[in-house]
Amino acid sequence: MAELLEVSGLTKRFGGLVAVNDVSFSVREKEILSVIGPNGAGKSTLFKLIASFLRPTSGEVRLKGERISGLAPHIAARKGVVRTFQETTIFKSMSVRDNVIIAHHLRSRANLLGFFLGTATARSDEAAFGASADEILALLGLSSLADEIARNLPHGHLRALGIAIGLATNPSILLLDEPFAGMNHEETMRMVDMVRRLRERGLTILLVEHDMPAVMKISDRLVVLNFGQKIGEGTPAEIQANEKVIEAYLGSEDEAIGL
Amino acid sequence: MTRNLKIAAVAAFLAIVFVAVPVAISWSGRFDLYYTLTSVALLSIASAGVWLTFYIGRINIGQGAYALMGGYVSAILVMNHGWSFWPTLPAAGLFCAAASVLIGLPILRLRGVYFAMVTLVLTEVVRLLALALPITNGAKGIVSIPLPGALSIFGLTIIPDFATLQNSRLAFYLLAVALMVVCFAVMYRLVNSRIGKLCQSLQQNEELASSIGVNIAYLRIVAYAVSSFFGGVAGAIFAAISQSIYPSSFTVTDSVNFMLNCFLGGLGYVFGPMLGTLVLYFGWDLLFQTGQFQLLIYSGLMIVLMLVLPNGLLSLSEAIRKKG
Repeated sequence: MAELLEVSGLTKRFGGLVAVNDVSFSVREKEILSVIGPNGAGKSTLFKLIASFLRPTSGEVRLKGERISGLAPHIAARKGVVRTFQETTIFKSMSVRDNVIIAHHLRSRANLLGFFLGTATARSDEAAFGASADEILALLGLSSLADEIARNLPHGHLRALGIAIGLATNPSILLLDEPFAGMNHEETMRMVDMVRRLRERGLTILLVEHDMPAVMKISDRLVVLNFGQKIGEGTPAEIQANEKVIEAYLGSEDEAIGL
Repeated sequence: MTRNLKIAAVAAFLAIVFVAVPVAISWSGRFDLYYTLTSVALLSIASAGVWLTFYIGRINIGQGAYALMGGYVSAILVMNHGWSFWPTLPAAGLFCAAASVLIGLPILRLRGVYFAMVTLVLTEVVRLLALALPITNGAKGIVSIPLPGALSIFGLTIIPDFATLQNSRLAFYLLAVALMVVCFAVMYRLVNSRIGKLCQSLQQNEELASSIGVNIAYLRIVAYAVSSFFGGVAGAIFAAISQSIYPSSFTVTDSVNFMLNCFLGGLGYVFGPMLGTLVLYFGWDLLFQTGQFQLLIYSGLMIVLMLVLPNGLLSLSEAIRKKG
């Protein structure tokens, strides 16, 4: 399989603290790759570096061979690296459908003046985005809630809406930040299904997650961080057998890594 | 509202401001009302600009700076460079828009109270500049600005020379109201096109907007430039009406009032600043009879209104619709 995203020698220092230290790995096309690690291992920082929300101290991220680290976040998004957020970050006062429609912004061909004048391009964009938004809402099981104001949605649906927003940008690789956090078992299983369906649609997915059983179930491969450094990489089975990883997780408790 | 109802509402509004009001004024003989209503129209244009910055999630207490700038640009072009008044209108707007891009680039990164404080200072900075610069003639200001001359295109006179008119008050009233109508038509279109949704996305979550590919820095600058354009145009007409401009023509108080107009009308409604300006301007005048208690009652009422109607006067219409 071809490599889509390459992370090489990525380092981020905050003052004296090295949050991410010389991390390298790559994500293959149509793969689900998870980054795991104990609290404070640098997962979130790594995530922000990949999505270009932070500028690395050294090292770089390449998408299809093109360097994207150091670009503004909206440019990185335009290139195809799109993230969802850990918190339930949405446009709270818009309807669910409007949330997804606005997220199609990247695909629009008209410019600001075109929107203002309502040119033919702008209007055809508008119609296409509406149709695409409805399709995405159906895929994520949100159709019945399309006209609801986003802030009124229950927790699980908010997470799905966050993913819908990410999908609407038509990314090459979707970065999911703790998609299972705060979910019960049933909700988690539904989300696992949903993420798999996304992959079936040809999407590559990188996720950062705490929930070990879910991660082991869903991932093709994992990258394990501890204190900012990569301590392991491989299939779920390989990771479960990796001594360094077992040590990092409480030095022991097998349950934590799903054994 | 259905399409027909909207058209009817617009037609009714145009009939009122362009026909009914002038007829009523000439019938009652209260010609001083022209000046008051002209002021309301111009202040509402400046307030509409402030409203637009609210719409992208920025508290703007600096519109007075651009109104003052616009006034000076128009006055200086007319007095020192022999321009006719008419081309100075867009020139004042464009000058302010350009200035706002330079000023906005660094300060639009700020949010919340920090942006508000910087814009508040901005009004004061422009006032002090007007005092200090040689071209603005210091505290003496620029006076005896001639009334707007005739405007003709291809030899056809569209607008007659204001100085030859018997009633230049009516002419200024019509000018101000026509510009107000154009201004709010532009605003309505902005808000109801995709640009409005993009602005809302900024207001609600800049980080997310950026992650879905919205160029937030660019959009902020564009909105702020449009806002300042309106401020500059309003200021330029004010200078023409009063035929003078001083550093104290627009002060921090005016900047605060522009913001209050938006609050009062409702930040969620395009026409909020228009209604807010009208109510606030006339409300203040009506309270004049209470003498020394004017400011006390006025401030008290404002506080009560914001507590009871945090979404502005226009939110009343929605409350009524829900009940009905």
